[in-house]
Amino acid sequence: MSPSSSSIAAEPGAVPAPGEHHEHHPSYLVDGTTVKSWLLTLDHKRIGVMYLIWVLLFFLVGGIYALVVRFELLTPGPTIVDAMTYNRAFTMHGVVMIFLFMIPAIPGAFGNFMLPLMLGAKDVAFPRLNLLSLYLLLGGAAIAIWGMLNGGMDTGWTFYTPYSTHTTTTVAPILFGAFIIGFSSIATGLNFIVTTHTMRAPGITWFRMPLFVWAMYATACIQVLATPVLGLVLLLVVGEQLFQFGIFDPARGGDPVLFQHLFWFYSHPAVYIMVLPSFGVMSEIVATFSRKNIFGYRAVAFSSLGIAFVGFFAWGHHMFVSGQSTFNAGVFAVLTMLVGVFTAIKVFNWVGTVYKGAVDFKTPFAYFCGFLYFTVFGGMTGVAFATASLDVPWHDTYFVVAHFHFIMVGATIMAFMAALHYWFPKMFGKTYHEGWGLVSAALIILGFNATFIPQFLLGNAGMPRRYYEYPERFQTLNVASTMGATLLAMGFLITAIYLTYSLVYGEKSSANPWNSRGYEWLTESPPPTHNFVGPQPVYKDEPHFYVDPEKAEVPDAV
Amino acid sequence: MNELLNNILFLPEQASTFAERVDSLHIFVVTVTMLSSFAVGTAALYFFFRYRRRTAEQMTEYVVPSVKTEFLFVSLPLIFFLTWFVIGFRDFVFVTTPPKDAMDVYVMGKQWMWKFSYPEGPNGVNVLHVPANRPVRLLITSRDVIHSFFVPAFRIKMDAVPGRYTQTWFEATKPGTYQILCTEYCGLSHSKMLGEVVVLSPEEWDAWLKEQRRGDLANRQDALADLSLAPPPARMAEQGQKVAAEVGCFKCHTVNGEPHIGPTFLGMYGRQETLQDGNDIIADEAYITQSMMDPGAHLVSGYPNAMPTFQGKLTGPQTAAIVEYIKTLRTPDIRTTGASQGPVYEPIQQ
Repeated sequence: MSPSSSSIAAEPGAVPAPGEHHEHHPSYLVDGTTVKSWLLTLDHKRIGVMYLIWVLLFFLVGGIYALVVRFELLTPGPTIVDAMTYNRAFTMHGVVMIFLFMIPAIPGAFGNFMLPLMLGAKDVAFPRLNLLSLYLLLGGAAIAIWGMLNGGMDTGWTFYTPYSTHTTTTVAPILFGAFIIGFSSIATGLNFIVTTHTMRAPGITWFRMPLFVWAMYATACIQVLATPVLGLVLLLVVGEQLFQFGIFDPARGGDPVLFQHLFWFYSHPAVYIMVLPSFGVMSEIVATFSRKNIFGYRAVAFSSLGIAFVGFFAWGHHMFVSGQSTFNAGVFAVLTMLVGVFTAIKVFNWVGTVYKGAVDFKTPFAYFCGFLYFTVFGGMTGVAFATASLDVPWHDTYFVVAHFHFIMVGATIMAFMAALHYWFPKMFGKTYHEGWGLVSAALIILGFNATFIPQFLLGNAGMPRRYYEYPERFQTLNVASTMGATLLAMGFLITAIYLTYSLVYGEKSSANPWNSRGYEWLTESPPPTHNFVGPQPVYKDEPHFYVDPEKAEVPDAV
Repeated sequence: MNELLNNILFLPEQASTFAERVDSLHIFVVTVTMLSSFAVGTAALYFFFRYRRRTAEQMTEYVVPSVKTEFLFVSLPLIFFLTWFVIGFRDFVFVTTPPKDAMDVYVMGKQWMWKFSYPEGPNGVNVLHVPANRPVRLLITSRDVIHSFFVPAFRIKMDAVPGRYTQTWFEATKPGTYQILCTEYCGLSHSKMLGEVVVLSPEEWDAWLKEQRRGDLANRQDALADLSLAPPPARMAEQGQKVAAEVGCFKCHTVNGEPHIGPTFLGMYGRQETLQDGNDIIADEAYITQSMMDPGAHLVSGYPNAMPTFQGKLTGPQTAAIVEYIKTLRTPDIRTTGASQGPVYEPIQQ
């Protein structure tokens, strides 16, 4: 791992002088301007951009549901909607945010765009499959949204049986939609695994892969291995509801807890499908903005795989009070702790990366700060949850809601926003307004805290989740939480405004505005259709190698 | 000190032996979490400031962790996590293992109420009476979907799963009334599935038991009356009120004229209702009976299709009794307190 030469990590292969190749190699954005050239494109970058547009739209939909839920909870009794509408709103908030935003967001938009660039490849391994996975996502979404508009569903996103097979609301189309969305996730994962294995440019060995690639690789493994289980269990629920299978219904000899096992066997690893990509994004960003090689590169890379692996053996911690055996609870508790250890390794190494660095406090770095905090706090509360006796009072209260919003949503949103700002010049060739970026980052981080810290306390006080009405003693904290949510929404609104403005009127960005040594910056911004012009860049060292040539030979172990 | 921390953390009062154990671990975990988060955060902030970028072209040193550092990164959290695990698991074993001398109470969750029955005593709905300082084992099941029995003040929770019994236990430490909540989403009125535990001092408990035994005798006479398929007409309405309370009508239907999840029973009989399809219907015996057996058939405008069917759950005489009871609620001056507000006792099924 010691620096093998005093040169910089990689040299752009004959970076074209601005304008020199421009006529012959237009950027991917202008290479074909018809609607068809976008909708049927096989270019991973265009597919990434289309993913970005759609997940942002789904984020808006999920966010509107969230605000309905939050405003309903302003008063203990009915506030703005009736009980059934509220139950449908929190269900759809969960379904949309998880299946249509959190899971596809970073892999779909940024993974698609950056993975081949970071590997020095011209595209992903299966470009047609890539396009298909986008349309599977949209097809599944269309079916699910059709179900939402024709009755909606009130089971919560966890679809627990026997309630989900007995409710009179429209469960089948929404579950079927989620089933199809699952195929999109599997296809993306498969594509990334094959791309990582076969498409690395000469010089990019496994231990010279950017950490974002490592994270995407670990994520892809979970997607491919776990998603089929979810698909099958959702189909079984649909079958149970439509044809009375009797797999989960005790009246027919079935077992409702079996559903929970199968469901969490996917849905617990799914948490890591959501957070691992954000760990990857942050590894890139902390290196670029502190201009530093990653402290403990291998530890960070392996801990991604470790989380992916252990994540499969922790699902039982969702069921400590479901009547499973005490011994089971102990086993799942210990295994869950290991996830915490792997995450701690990452956190320490990120902080270590800043040590002796050169920190440039730009918007993506502001999100890194928020991310660090959400990960530590969310992760620590996760370990607290895994402590079996503490889970007993906290289970299914607002403490859970606050915890998973901190780690799954807080960390992922921070990474998503950071990635959006960090790669904005790369993707669109424009710069955004740094001042507005910092203001909205501050608003979002503050709003997030104001929304969810009161919910931790609500959970301590004993308020169960999914409550339409609540005892009056919980009101103060609920009001605080709703105020936080409003602040949060304002932060996102500001971001939407200035990023849209920058897209149209923003200044033209240079090829590498952050002076990053990340591999994706070795080509123009925005990149040409085939990613690289002229000879392939030469990759001689690990990514993000910012060493002063004179000091390069004396690695300093801390 | 402890009380102050409990207030800061918004913890409910500690009313069981388990509550104190959980809270002390809770406080330990929160303290460690806060301190280590603070340490990481402070280190990060110090680095951000100390190593801020000074020139646009600034280069950095190549720093990698030594094996010792990485070992520290792994072992430090591991030690804390394992300590919590050991304490937490010991307490978990404590709460999942009822003492042998515990008193048994059967708990059944049902949309949307809690039913309690004592092997040697009366039954109750939504109110659980227990003695203080005596372990009580709860044998929990559900009649329909999954519910979860939660008493914040006792820090206990256990799912009510249809088709199987789960168990938990507690030993209440001081007399008082504590809220029961349902924490597993179970449908429209999930948030109204509330109940209370009334913890009685030993003397009060004995008195209460005696009282129940008396009521029990009266109930036995009712039980005898039940044997006749056609109870005396004068008693049918009373019988109907009891059945209605028992099967949960009052969770959704009020008897004081206020609309709730379903229409009020007051004045329902003979009323002309507007249905959701725009037609009108007179609420007569046939309509009321049909609404119990097939609630979605003719929905009254403005109410959700939330009522479960009672087909097979009510016998003919019971249905008739409920209809008779609703008939008596014709004028505002015949007000009856909703029976769901207090425990309803029914004969012990031996």
